[in-house]
Order: sequence, then C-alpha cells, then structure tokens
Amino acid sequence: MKTKELLFDPVFKNNPIALQILGICSALAVTNSLKSTLVMCIGLTLVTAFSNLFVSMVRNHAPNSIRIIIQMTIIGTLVILVDQVLKAVVYDISKQMSVFIGLIMTNCIVMGRAEAFAMKNPPWESFLDGLGNGLGYSAILFAMAVIRELFGSGKWFGVEILPLVTDGGWYVPNGLLLLAPSAFFIIGFLIWGLRTWKTSQQEKDQFFIAPNTKKGAH
Amino acid sequence: MANNESIKKTIIVTLLLCLVCSVIVSVTAILLRPIQNANKTLDFKRNILMVSGLYQEGMNVEQTFTQQITPKVVDLKTGLFSDAVDPASYDQRAAAKDPAASIELSEEQDIAKIGRRENYSVVYFVVENGQIKTIVLPVKGYGLWSTLYGFIALKADANTVDSIIYYQHAETPGLGGEVDNPKWRALWANKEIYGADANVALRVIKGHVDAAAPNAKHQVDGLAGATLTSKGVDNMVQFWLGENGYKNFLNHLKSGAATL
Repeated sequence: MKTKELLFDPVFKNNPIALQILGICSALAVTNSLKSTLVMCIGLTLVTAFSNLFVSMVRNHAPNSIRIIIQMTIIGTLVILVDQVLKAVVYDISKQMSVFIGLIMTNCIVMGRAEAFAMKNPPWESFLDGLGNGLGYSAILFAMAVIRELFGSGKWFGVEILPLVTDGGWYVPNGLLLLAPSAFFIIGFLIWGLRTWKTSQQEKDQFFIAPNTKKGAH
Repeated sequence: MANNESIKKTIIVTLLLCLVCSVIVSVTAILLRPIQNANKTLDFKRNILMVSGLYQEGMNVEQTFTQQITPKVVDLKTGLFSDAVDPASYDQRAAAKDPAASIELSEEQDIAKIGRRENYSVVYFVVENGQIKTIVLPVKGYGLWSTLYGFIALKADANTVDSIIYYQHAETPGLGGEVDNPKWRALWANKEIYGADANVALRVIKGHVDAAAPNAKHQVDGLAGATLTSKGVDNMVQFWLGENGYKNFLNHLKSGAATL
C-alpha cells in the first residue's frame, strides 16, 4: 500500500470513529474544549503510531499465546510515557484530563490497529497506519470540539467568539453541549453526513421490520 | 525462524519485554520528576491564592505568594504557633506517614480515614495592615476512590467559611469530581462552622439546603450522585475543624492566645 493511502484512508474512507465505531468513550469525554481535545489527539496519535511500530518490530518473535499481553505491555508503557511528559510539560491540562490520558490504554483504536494491522505488516507501514488512524480520530474529535466549545461556552481554545449573556453579551450558551450526551448527537450527524457523501459506507439493514398487519385482515 | 510457541521462547520474550519496558518507564519517571515537582509546588501555591481570592489569570504566582501569603507552623496538639519546623521545607505529607512526626488515630478519632495525623501543620494567612484577613487551613480525607487534598479558607473571625478548594483527588469526573465545580464551591461562602455549643455544626447534607431552615447557615448541599464523596467532605470538615484538627488553634486565635 502506498504511504498516502495508509495515512489518509482512515480520515474519511475508513474512519476509526465514524465507520469502525471505535474509541467513542474518549470522544465523548474530552471534546467539550478544543484544548483538551488537542492534547488527547496528539497523545492518542503518538501512542497508536508508536505502539504499531514496536508491535510490528517484535511481531515475528511474539509467541501467539501471549501476543495480546505483549501488545498491552507496549501500549501501557507508551501511555505512561505520554502521561509523565504531560505532567512535566503541561501540568494544568494533564490535571484537567485526569483519567482520560491513562484510558488511552483501553482505547479500542490502539489495540485494534496493533492486532489487526501491526501484527501482519512491516514496521514502517504499521507506523504510518497508526499515524493515519490517529489522524482519523483527531479529525472527528476536532469537528465535535469545534461545535461543542463554540455553542457550549461561546469560545474556541478559550478565546471568546460569541459573547456570553453572563459577560454582558448576547449569546445564551447551550449547556447540553458541555455534557457528554450531546457528543452522541454530533457523532450521529457526522456519520450521517459522511455516509451520505460516501455512499459505499452505508451498511445494508441486517434486519427487516415485519409488517404487523396480516394481508387481508380487513 | 525458530519455534515461537515453545515455553522457553515465551518466557524469554516476556522477560526481555518487561525488562525493556520497565527500564523505559523508570528512567522517564526519574528524569521528569524534578520538573513535575516544580509544577506541583506551583500548583499548590496557586490553589492557596485561589482559595484566598487573590488569584487572577496570568499573574506571577510565585511572586504574589511570597508577597501576600504568610505561612505559619501550628502545633496541632497545643493549638499554638511553633518554630519546630521550617514552613518552607516542611513536607507535611511525609510527616503524616512518619511515626516520629505524627500520632496514630484511633478508629473513633479517625473520622476522615487518614490513619495518622501529623503533629505540625502549615497554615497560611493573608494579612492586611497587620490584621488577619483570611486563614487558609490544609485539609485531607478519604472520599470514594481517593484521598482528597484541599484547603478551607476562613474569614478573620475564625468561624465563617470564605471558600474551599481541592487541588488533588481522583473522584469520578462528573459526580464526585464536581467538588471542583465553582458553583458548588460557592455554596460554602459565609457558612458558619461552630454552633452555640462550640462544636462543629457545619455539615454537608444530602440534597438541597432549605434556606429558611434555622440551621441553613451551618449546612452545605451534598453533591448529587456522589453520596460517598459528599460524606468524605463532611468527614473531613468534622475532623479537621474538630478536637484533633484545628479547633484548639482557632480558639486560641479567637481568644488572642495565638498571635502572628
């Protein structure tokens, strides 16, 4: 596969959130502000890329019986690294993010790519695949955060865009957008939009609703 | 390629991987610790400024702290100021674990579930024109998942709460984590600690405080969906403002037996 495909396919064509529906939990949790979204996206992209790289490097020596544990150990190490660096460099944000950085470890995208791609492909391709999936994740998270922070608190990156009523402006913030459930609506709309644009992503119905009136009953 | 599935290979791979990973993790942790500690100290100071109402976005925390905050060591047993330790270098958390620098609390005394209590505590004052304006008391106690560390700021009368803040905890975000919510924190302002019988009357109650109730000035709303964290906050208030906490000291401050 070509570099370009590996990097950019996961953004629209095979998006980890919108098509594979992975990594939803952190997408709900951190997208109420662009600042924490940015940190989370950088963290997750780095972890996915490097875990793919290292998993791929050891793939030929990994006994099948403990391969998941090997992946988890590598991912866990990387997550601790990211957490430690954040605590040293951006203490405030790392405090705000509290458990979510640690939870990158359980993010399905990271494990999913390690198991599905890195175990079967050479290191460089795996690294790119991890980077690409990180980008795909970031693209959706940013789209959500832009909407949530703007309409939820009238700001982008903490800079006022819509002056709030409480500060003497005209905009009444929509509190729902600061709560996690609003992210479900936004993800829903994004998936709808994406599948309308790229119709090949539409799935066939798995079940059909049976008509509940019998023919000729009346 | 040799057989990957043999027991020997499995064990070798596991050992090597664990060794490499643990070396990486420990080296990073040790290399970054000085920077992290500096951040923690700065955050600690910022929280003291925040709880005493002096903090503004973008200010020089270090400088304002040195200029406006007077740290003093209090002997919790006698309730008087002490020179036994230097407030700048005293590690209160380490002291609380050191049998020589702390006392063991009996189950009955240990309301806040902290096990041991340090003998000396550093209390922070905001002094204006020679008069105490705010008293900042460090408190800690167990909530649902974690020990919560924070400050309670009292007004000059040593009985009225000015503000409360937690700077470290690991309670559930959105539920117990709401102890950080400015709206909830604002509920503490102007609540009175001691009742007519001189015991701690301030409580965190379940549900909303009825403003018309005679005890409303001693009550704070509990956090919805976080009964155990609210209970932890309540326990902390009972312990730290009670006999084994700062009560003696606050009485001495009121009577004039302890002066800056």
